[in-house]
Parts: sequence; C-alpha cells; structure tokens
Amino acid sequence: MTTDLNSTQARTRKWLPAFLLKNGLYLFLVALLAIIIAINPSFFRMQNFVFIITQASTRIILALGVAGIIVLGCVDLSLGRNVGMSAIVSCSLLQAVSYSHRIYQYLPRLPLVLPILLVMVLCSLFLIAIALIVTKLKVEAFITSLGFALIIYGLESLYVDRVNDSSPIGGLDPVFSRFAQGAIEFQNFRIPYLILYAAIVVGIIWFIWNKTKLGKNMFAIGGNIEAATVSGVNIVLNSVVVFAIAGMLYGFGGALEGARTGSATNLLGEGYELDAIAACVVGGVSLRGGVGSVAGVVTGVLMFQIINYGLVYIGVNPYVQYSVKGLIIVLAITIDSQKYIKRK
Amino acid sequence: MGAVSILVAKAMKQDSGTYVLQMRGMCKEFPGVKALDEARLMIRPGTVHALVGENGAGKSTLMKCLFGIYRADSGEILLDGKAVSFENPRQALDSGVSMVHQELNQVLERSVTDNIWLGRFPMKGLMVDERKMLEDTQSILSDLSIRLNPKKKIGALSVAERQMVEIARAVSCNAKIIVLDEPSSSLTQTEVEHLFRIIKKLKNDGVAVVYISHKMEEILLISDEVTVMRDGKWIASERAANLTKDTIISLMVGRDLTHLFPPKVNVPSDDIVMSVRNLTATYQPSILDVSFDLHRGEILGIGGLIGSRRTELVETIFGIRKMKSGEIIVRGKSARISNPKLSIAKGLGLLTEERRATGIFALLNVQFNAIIANISAYCDRLGILRNKLAARDTQWVIQRLSVKTPSQKVQMGNLSGGNQQKVILGRWLLTKPQILLMDEPTRGIDVGAKYEIYQLMIDLAKMGSSIVFVSSEMPELMSVADRILVMSNGRVAGIVKASETKQEEILELAAKYL
Repeated sequence: MTTDLNSTQARTRKWLPAFLLKNGLYLFLVALLAIIIAINPSFFRMQNFVFIITQASTRIILALGVAGIIVLGCVDLSLGRNVGMSAIVSCSLLQAVSYSHRIYQYLPRLPLVLPILLVMVLCSLFLIAIALIVTKLKVEAFITSLGFALIIYGLESLYVDRVNDSSPIGGLDPVFSRFAQGAIEFQNFRIPYLILYAAIVVGIIWFIWNKTKLGKNMFAIGGNIEAATVSGVNIVLNSVVVFAIAGMLYGFGGALEGARTGSATNLLGEGYELDAIAACVVGGVSLRGGVGSVAGVVTGVLMFQIINYGLVYIGVNPYVQYSVKGLIIVLAITIDSQKYIKRK
Repeated sequence: MGAVSILVAKAMKQDSGTYVLQMRGMCKEFPGVKALDEARLMIRPGTVHALVGENGAGKSTLMKCLFGIYRADSGEILLDGKAVSFENPRQALDSGVSMVHQELNQVLERSVTDNIWLGRFPMKGLMVDERKMLEDTQSILSDLSIRLNPKKKIGALSVAERQMVEIARAVSCNAKIIVLDEPSSSLTQTEVEHLFRIIKKLKNDGVAVVYISHKMEEILLISDEVTVMRDGKWIASERAANLTKDTIISLMVGRDLTHLFPPKVNVPSDDIVMSVRNLTATYQPSILDVSFDLHRGEILGIGGLIGSRRTELVETIFGIRKMKSGEIIVRGKSARISNPKLSIAKGLGLLTEERRATGIFALLNVQFNAIIANISAYCDRLGILRNKLAARDTQWVIQRLSVKTPSQKVQMGNLSGGNQQKVILGRWLLTKPQILLMDEPTRGIDVGAKYEIYQLMIDLAKMGSSIVFVSSEMPELMSVADRILVMSNGRVAGIVKASETKQEEILELAAKYL
C-alpha cells in the first residue's frame, strides 16, 4: 500500500515540472504576447499578422536550411555571411538597365533565374566545403563554419569594394524587386509572394525530412552516428547533401533579402545565423542532433517575429529587445538540456 | 585433435558437412600484441555456436575481422564455401552476416521500424515506402513472437526489448549468421528465456547463431558447439554435450582451475564500521527505507535482480545520488554525505559498475588513472605534483594487483578490461579506504582476473577494511561475501549469512517485493 501511495505522490509532484518543461517556453511567449496585446490591443489585427508572416518568410527559409544541419548534430555559423554574399552578387547582376551607376555597364538584362541559380550554387559550394571538412577531416562544425563566415565576409566585402567602391548596390531591375516585394491580389486581399515562396520551401523541406531516405538518414546520423555508420549509411554523402540544401536555401533567401531591401551592402545578413539557430532551438530542434520538425522550426521563427514586431509595436526600446531575445534563447536551450539530464 | 576429427566426421553425416562460415588461419597483430594467432572458427548452419575465452582471448578481434572493422594480416574467411573479405559491417550484413553488439548501437530518438530498416529503407520512387516498412516489421516481430509497437521510439524500450529489435533487424536482412555478443549480460531470467526461445526459432529456420558469453550455464544450455579461444589462438571446438563447465573453464585458462574462489580467511569483527538507517533516495523509483550494518573486516554482498536498485544503493551511500531521508553513520558519527569528495574524506571508496563510462580515463595513462582519486596526496604545499611519489604508488598498484601493462605511461584504453579494473581498484586502495563499495567488480572480466580480485577483496577484509559489493553472479555472492543483503524492488528483502543460505533462498528473497 505504501508503495502505491508513494508513487501517486511522486506522480502528482512530477506532473507540474514535466508540464513546464514541455510547454514552459510557449507559456512564456504566450504571456509576452498577452502583455503586448494588453498594452496595445490594436496589435491583434489580421493586417499585422500578414505583415509578420511576410517578414518571417525569408527567415523561415533560412532557418529550415540551418535546421537540417542542426538535426545532423552540427551547426552552421556561416549562414549570415552567405546571405550577405548572395544578396550582393544577385543584386550586382540584376540592376536595372536604365540605372546610371550600373556596375556591369555592358551586361545584357538577365532573366531572374540565372543570377538566383548562380548564388544558390555559390552558397552550396561553400557549404559543401564545410561539410567535407567536418565529416572527412572530423573538424568541429562550429569552428569550421565560423572560419568560413570570415572567409566569405572578406570575399564579399572585397567584391563590393572593387565593383562598387564600397557603396550599397541598388537600382535593381524592377522585375527582381517585384519578385520579392510583389503580391497576389484578390480584390482587397493581398498575399505577398514571399509567403508563397516560404510555403513552397516548407513543403519541399517537409517532404525531404519526412518522406525521403535522406531525411531518415539525416535524423539517424544526428541521433547516433555510430549506429548510422554500422548500418551502412554514407555519412559523408548524406551530410554533404544536407549542407548543400542549406546552401541553396541561403542563396535563395539572400537574393530575396537583397531584392526586398532594394539595396545590398556587405553588412546584410550579419547575425542572421544566430536568429535562425535560436528559432530552431525555440522550435524544438535539439542542438544534440537527431530531433526536430519542420513545423517546430516554422513555429520558432514565427514566435520570434511576433515578439520582435510586438515589442516594436508597443514602443519598447530596441536595445531591450536584444535582451528579451537573449532571454528566450537561454530559456529555450535550458529547457532543451533539462530534457536530457538524468536526475540522480 | 582426434576427437575433433571424429566430431567432424559425425557432423558430415548429420548435415553433409557444410559450413556456412569458415574462418581459418586468422592472424592479426597490433603494435606489441598478437591479438589473433592462427585463430579459427567453423560454423554449421542451423546451429548455435558458443565462442568463449577470457577477455583478451581474441573473440572480439576475430569478430571485428569478420565484419571488416579490422583487416586481418592473414587468414581466409569462407562464406558458403566462397572466399569473402568484407570492407565494413554493411557489406557483411548484405551478405547475411550480422551482429548484435553488446553496447546496442541504435538511434534512440527514432522508431523501432526506422531502426530496423536504417541504411536500406525500401523505396517507392522518391519516397520511403512507409507502409511496406511497417508491414514487414510487424511480420518479422510476430514471427519472432516479439510483442512491440513498431512505431515506438527505441529510447522508450528496455534493454531487452532493444536487443530483440536488433535481432529482428538481423532477421530482416535474411541473415544466415547472427553473432550475439554477450546478449544476456543485462537481461532478467524471463528475458533470457525469451531470448533463448528466439534463438531456437532462428536455429530451426536454419540460421547459424554465434553466441559470445561468459556465462557457462547458459552456454551449455543453448549451444550445440563450443569454440574456445585463448591468447588469440584456437584451442578447441567441441560439441556442447561433451563439455562441462569445468572443462570449458580449464580450456579457457589453460590450467585446471579447481578453485574458482580463494579461501575465505577474513574474520568479520563485532565492531560496526558503518550503519545505514532508513535510507530513502530523492528521485524515485529508487531505494526505499534501506537499513543495514557493516562490520569491520566484513564483506557484505548485495544481491538481487537487475533493476532492484542495488547500484542506486551504493551510489546513494557514496553521495552521487541525492538522499531524501535516512542516516548514514560512519564509525559512530552521523555522516552528512552529499557528494563524493566528502565520502572519500570519510574513508569510503566506490568502484563503479560502468567501467568504461564512469571508471576509466581511456585516453590518459595508467599512472593518471591510478592516482586521480588520491591526487592531493601527491601535491606539495604549493600544490605542485610530486611525480616520484605518484610513480612509486602507481608501481605499487601495478605490482600489488599484478596489472599487465608495459609501463605506467600506456594509455588506459589499451589495457584489457580485467587490467583496467585492477588499476581502478588500485586507485581506491591508494586512498586507503576503510569502506570500499564495489559495484559489479568482476563484470566482463576474465576468470583469472576475477580470482585475483576476489583474493584482493578477502585480503583487504582480513586487514580490517570492510567491503560492500554488488553482484549479479550467485556463486560470487555465496563464496566471497560473509553476509548477503538481498534487494528487491528498492527495498531490503533480507540479510542472510552466506555460509547458511542457498541459492533458492536468495532467489526467493529477490522476488519478495515484486
């Protein structure tokens, strides 16, 4: 009898911490959202949410790229610089023919596809290089990608310096601008293209993660690399493909960022990697590898965007926003770690 | 040799003498060690073949050569009469040779199904054919009468269930040969019985099972043939029916081991050196209301089933686990033990169960491993290490425990399991503990090293130390301990005198609170 009693007690005592562990982060975010709405109820409007999702779109694309790498049990810090490079290169190739300060005076007007594919391939090559160093030479992804972030930053800054005297690259081809800024309109309802792109990427990545061999292998490698190896999973090949996909998403996201902002500098993309990684962790992608879902990543990015935009909306000092963001990250990672701690 | 050839002749009549696997003249040398020296292994289809030998006898090296993890220096491997040379475990698997490793290599966060088909997912166009995968898994599991939800995460299963999944995986590859590496070492009696039923089923289906184990009773029960290895050499292959436990052991150690246990010469005194009162751990399920006394010069064995919280008991006493209530009285004084540093100061030592995970520093040298628990003794007033003293004490450990190592500077990971265990034991001896807690001190080490460790335990007790040791091996408890405390489901089921009890009584007590 005493055993029964004890175990019931234990269960009731354990219920709350377990619940908090599972949902604590969401509770915190919902509370924050409630505060924002309480301070300024007009925040809760459809228009705002379309705006937030639009803003989140490129971030979702980028976060899904790095999320695959995190599921592998690695991390990538070169995301931001890849985005910057991609924006610079695509913008420099897609300036309006009529623009007086056009960098490549004699370049014919290019179809959008070419420069965008080019930057996607370019970013993929960098990511493939990182993947090969990490998997073949067994170097930590953290430091390898940090090194690559610097290499890429150096190259893109040099490029802007040489071709455009270090000034922002603007005067974009209207077709390119519309590609990122346009929308499908029905009467008075407007769906920005960015949301569509994000939706398509979400669909593709969801398919890869859940329906393909690559997806399953990637979770196996992150979950237990030894088990994957003895099962004959090609670690190098699978990792390279996951990194390459991330590169393609960075390239695409970078081009979108360039077109969206209308002018690209070498500072574009700075710090994006931390936002993306933080969103992944908030969305339940474990930094230990092997755990994560596309829905989680999307939720993570949206959460961040809502909080960010909400804080701006109620006029919180932008510096405070950094601290709030930091707090969310620490909370997320703490909760993630607690799940794996064995209590003794 | 004569007996063997007769055996072969007999077998030829039985199943036309075909071997599914033949490994002959296998040699493998590592720097300084001849790990395999003309080793051989001949396996017939539809039989269970036990591979035995002390640790370091070359069993795992032989298997690693088979699976392409190591490359043998010489020798031939014939599978169904054809020479093969696998580059990696995957190739072996594709050819129907699979292995269930002792440390189960699985992806904990993925489902049973995903783990079984990892590396060879059935495809339907671009997509993984989930339905086929699930159906195939279900049919294999039901074939083996394993009752498991194929969608369950591996991490949520017990060790026994995970092992079953590994076997199912081997079956799913249409394995002709399945190597089981110490499969029963962490299973309960019922689980072992289930495992044996599965093995028999596999055997009837014509699968050859290579069974690596240290447990003689099981080997004699389950296997058809036994191959004994010693020092990397093939010693004998015999029908299990012609063997006894003693003959296997004498083949393994190369001498007649009439006494598996040293004589008990320690005499427990009446002084109580440690008294545990109503000890209950914070994080349940764990130990509940445990009380016992430990006398000076006494060896107290802790028996019980797997999961009866024996490890939790010694770890709570040592301060690794949090205690909720109760009291530990060491030499008459209530000891507030909340961390291992304090318990070491109180004269306690703990030899942990998971040698690899919590005992050794594999990449550091023998000397470091020997002195680490006693490190402050080798520091001068400025906190600088005095190397001579450390070297002298390490030398003492090596000699006193007859550790086989070329020098103190060898990486710990290069020693055999038994020698590692001796170094760790030496580590605790250097702290001169009055109370030594030992958790499965002889797990996974060979018969010779076991004897030496028993001898040492008895010597220590004779000199006035007290020992608490957890063991899953009944004969060990009966022959080394003075008294046996039997745990059952976190509680003390009883404390019996080793000289007055029987195995049956201990088994009965172990099931008391289930």
